Order: sequence, then C-alpha cells, then structure tokens
Amino acid sequence: MEIAVDIGRATERQARRSRYALAAFAAVLLAAFFFAVGHGAVAIGPLETLAIFLGQLGLDVLGGYQGVQEMVLLAIRLPRAVLALLAGAALAVAGAALQGLFRNPLADPGLIGVSNGSALAAGAAIVFGGALLGVLPVWLSAGLLPLAAFLGGLATTLIVYRIASRDGRTEVATMLLAGIALNALAAAGIGLLVFVSDDQQLRDLQFWLLGGLGGVTWDSLLSAAPLILAPTLLLALFSRQLNAFLLGETEATHLGFDVERTKRWIIVLAALAVGASVALTGVIGFIGLVVPHLVRLMIGPDHRTLLPASILLGAALLLLADLVARTIVLPAELPVGILTSCIGGPFFLWLLMRRRGLGMW
Amino acid sequence: MLSASALRYRYGAKPILAGVSLSVRPGEVVAVIGPNGAGKSTLLHLLSGAMKPQEGEVSLDGRPLRQWRPAALARRRAVLPQAPLLSFPFRVLEVVMLGRSPYAGQVGRQEDLRIAAAALREADVAHLAERIYPTLSGGERQRVQLARVLAQVWPAGGEARAGEPEGPGTRYLLLDEPTNNLDIAHQQAALAAARRLTDHGHGVLTVLHDPNLAALHADRICILQDGAIVAEGPPDAVITESNLEAAFGLRVTVMRHPANGRAVMVPA
Repeated sequence: MEIAVDIGRATERQARRSRYALAAFAAVLLAAFFFAVGHGAVAIGPLETLAIFLGQLGLDVLGGYQGVQEMVLLAIRLPRAVLALLAGAALAVAGAALQGLFRNPLADPGLIGVSNGSALAAGAAIVFGGALLGVLPVWLSAGLLPLAAFLGGLATTLIVYRIASRDGRTEVATMLLAGIALNALAAAGIGLLVFVSDDQQLRDLQFWLLGGLGGVTWDSLLSAAPLILAPTLLLALFSRQLNAFLLGETEATHLGFDVERTKRWIIVLAALAVGASVALTGVIGFIGLVVPHLVRLMIGPDHRTLLPASILLGAALLLLADLVARTIVLPAELPVGILTSCIGGPFFLWLLMRRRGLGMW
Repeated sequence: MLSASALRYRYGAKPILAGVSLSVRPGEVVAVIGPNGAGKSTLLHLLSGAMKPQEGEVSLDGRPLRQWRPAALARRRAVLPQAPLLSFPFRVLEVVMLGRSPYAGQVGRQEDLRIAAAALREADVAHLAERIYPTLSGGERQRVQLARVLAQVWPAGGEARAGEPEGPGTRYLLLDEPTNNLDIAHQQAALAAARRLTDHGHGVLTVLHDPNLAALHADRICILQDGAIVAEGPPDAVITESNLEAAFGLRVTVMRHPANGRAVMVPA
C-alpha cells in the first residue's frame, strides 16, 4: 500500500512538472512575441504594442503611440511574427510527431528530406508554374505553390518511410541514409531549376534554399495560415497513439490502436504542416529536431505534454531566431534558415556524441 | 475461450504454419514449445490478431477477431512481445501505465494507478517505478514489460488484492518467451504470476524454450514443429524422451521431480 501511495505522489509530481512547464513555455512565447515585434528600425514597446492592438479592437484606452509605429507593427512586424509563430509551431510539432512515429529521436522534417522535397516541388511550381497559368483555373494557380510544397513533402515522407521500415521496425541508419539520398536528389533537382530559371525566378528560388520570413503579406499569410495551423493542432491530438508507438507498432496494435490509420494520418498531417509552412518560408532546418529534444530533456517523452510544449517552444524559438536574423547584419537581413542551421548543426552533433556516449547506437 | 482453427500462414513460398488448431480455455496455462523457427511466434501473432491468417480463423468467445473493435479486444487480451523496442526515456511507471491506455475514459485515473502499482508489485519491479526504462538491465526491462501487460488485463473495480484479477469477462494473456533474460528466480516468479492470473479464471498462453519450465507451470503443453502441432496434452504425456528427441533432435533423459512428481528433462 505504501508503494501505491508513493506512486500516487510520484505521478502527481510528474503532472505538476508538466503543467508548470507548459505554463512556462506559454509565458516564454508571449514574451518572445512582444519582444520580437518591438525590435527593429522603429522601436515599439510592449505597452505600445498592446495599445495598438486594443486600438484595432476599437478600445482606444491606452493611447500613447505614434502612427508610424502602428503602421510598422500592423503591416510589417505582425504578419512576419505570425508567420514565424505558425511555421515554428508546425516544424516543431511535425518533428516531434515524426520522431515518435519513427521511434527515433533523430528524425526531423529537414534531415529526412521532407523540407527539401517540399522546396523542390515549390521550386518547380515557381519555374514551370508560369507556363500553366493560362491552362489552370484561377483558384488552382493561386494555390499551386502551397499545394506543390505539400505534395513534395508528402511524397518524400512516404518514400523514406517505405525504404526505412521493415517488419514494423524503422531502421535508424537506413532512414538517415535514405534522407541523405533524397536530400541530394532534391538538391540536384533544385540546382537544375536554378540552371534553367530566369532572373526573377532565380531570386524566388534563392529564397527557398535559404529560408526566410521576409516579404510576407497578410494576403499570402491568410491563405496559408489555415493550412499550417489545422494540421499542427490536429497532430497534437495523437499523443496517446504516439506514446503507444514508442513501444513498437505491433505493441500499439495490441494496446487497441489502429496503427495503419494512425500512421497515415500522422504522415499526411506532418507533410501538410511542413509543406504549407515551407511554401511561405522556404527551408528552415533543425527547428523540428532541436525543439522536441529540448522539451524531452526538460519534461520527458510523454507526448501528451511533448506535443503542446513543442508547439509553444517552436513558435517562440523561430520568433527569436527571426528577430536575430533581421537585426544582426543591419541594414541587410540574414536568411533565418542559415541561422537555425548554424545553431542546429552543432546541436545535432552534440546529440550524436552524447547518444554514442550512452551506448545508444 | 480463445481458439484458433486450421491456421495457415506462409512467407512467400515458405510455409510457417500448416494448419494449426489450438485453444486456450479460461483458467488454464498453455505452453507452446518447439525448436527455433517452428512457427511459435507467428502462431502467437495470429492468436493476438496482430497478423491475419491466410487460412483458418482465430476467435474470442466464439466471435472472429476481425469482428472485434481493436480497443475492445485490447481490454480482453494482452501480449508480451519478445523484443520490445522502447528506447525513449520513459519512467518505468509511465511504461506500465501505457498498459492502461485501452481503458482511457472508462476507468478513473486513481484506479489505473492502483492497478499499475499492483502490477508493478506482481512483476517485482515496484522498487524501479521511478527509474528511466532504457537505463535498466535486460531482465529488469522484461519484468517491466510483464508488469505492463499484467496491468492491461487486470480487471477494474473492487478492492482486489495483488494477483487477483477478477471482473466481467475472461481475459487472455499471450506471452512470447516471458523468461528471456530473467534469472532463475524471476523465471519462476514470472510464470507464477501467470498462474495466479489463471487462478481467477483467466487464460494464459506462453511460448517457452525450456521444457522443464513448461512441465512445471503449464496445464497443457503443445510441441510445435515445422508449423504443425506434433504433440499436445498434459505435461506428463507430452514431455517424453521420444517426443523431445523427435522435435529437437537432442537425446534427453526424462525423470520425475522428487518433490512434485512433474516431468524433468536433462540432456542424455
């Protein structure tokens, strides 16, 4: 009976830790948001930001801000911050879900080629989309880029999954090697697109390769936001299934989960979330790898907290990364993908060495 | 009753099971022994519903498995895998609580915790509850997995004592080599836990390597060889020199245990 009491206390402790962590991540995200929209050529304090938001709602109670601040915030900073928030959340939760699905903490939308697959398809849409402009109906040519990015991501995920899975097991080495091969193929394809494209197309392509949040408008954001947000939130519903998946696919079946259906859902949702955000931001690496890892180090692998925490922390991290990217080399702007890779690459190496140290290879 | 009739299964051209019929009744421990590659694990996968037979049928309470909803089936039978994959840093208690996931929304959290605690004790891993699973030894992991599947078939309700699952419906536990990696004391303890489950009217089927463990703990033993059951019956009738030599190609001597009279095998 003492043991039962101890266990009750231990789980209570764990639950409290998870609640605190989620609250802390939410606070970090909120702070990151106000910090990020406040910094730049025109400084806007948190209170001024709040006042502008309230003003937009018709509650002009705080006042005390300048018109230029309002203009910069609403037309430039806000759409960019919202995009960073959405893309960071999508990449992080897709990374967490794929890591659970592959039972491998090294899976990442970038490493296994999903992002590059999306970028290749989006690049093809940029270069060859113009030729289809007269042929396709208007609604389809408007959505061609995100659609292509989504299908490219989905196809790459399916190929990697097929190659790396055998008898319900996913082999680490095979998965990473398949990812390398697909990344190389996608890079070759993108190189080919660069070769055949004209100046304007070249500039657009450059953007996909380096990843960046600049130049986003409310129009493009609003058309893509539901495509990013919906799969991101839906992925967070698969926490119990993903927990069971960590035991193995057969064991998840024995625990009463419909494994094949769950797998298909997660792959499609992850590809949609990543593809739709890549359509707007280009390839931004390592958010999907680093964020779930940080969360696991802090509060453990339980997907019931891991998935929502990854959403919050991924959004906060990309907001801050973008802030650094657009302020570090003023008046120019560093593509944020370069920045995340600069941080993510060494982190990944550290992870490999740490795992080898623990004998986990 | 969990019963299989005329199961056939082949990988490509290679037949794995060639018409196996077998049933597990409430209150009995059935052991399946046989040489490597005889089809024991495949039989277990078919009985659990994780794989579908190419011919024949498995049914629970007279209803074919394919007509069961996965979640409902998970509340009636649990399966101990031969080689669990878990490499993420779950705590032991969290692993055992995964065994309660078929009951999400049906049983209160306090009840789940009480059952998990009882299952931890039953598998002698209560002292490991707060440890990180991947840091455990092979034998400790095996016992944690045993606790997980015990928690899955542990019935809800009532102030049942440890090792006394009872409740609506008979449950079935399928064990694939549950004594892997276990020391000799824990080998006996694992099978004793299975026996206690049957004392309360549930059924157990276990794949075993050691005929002596089977003879000591099973009510009925099947010898599986080349995908067919070549001997079936109570331990005394099945554990014979001629049966074992025919199945394993090893000359053995079968004696009587001096204390309990059960069959005991030693290499000749």
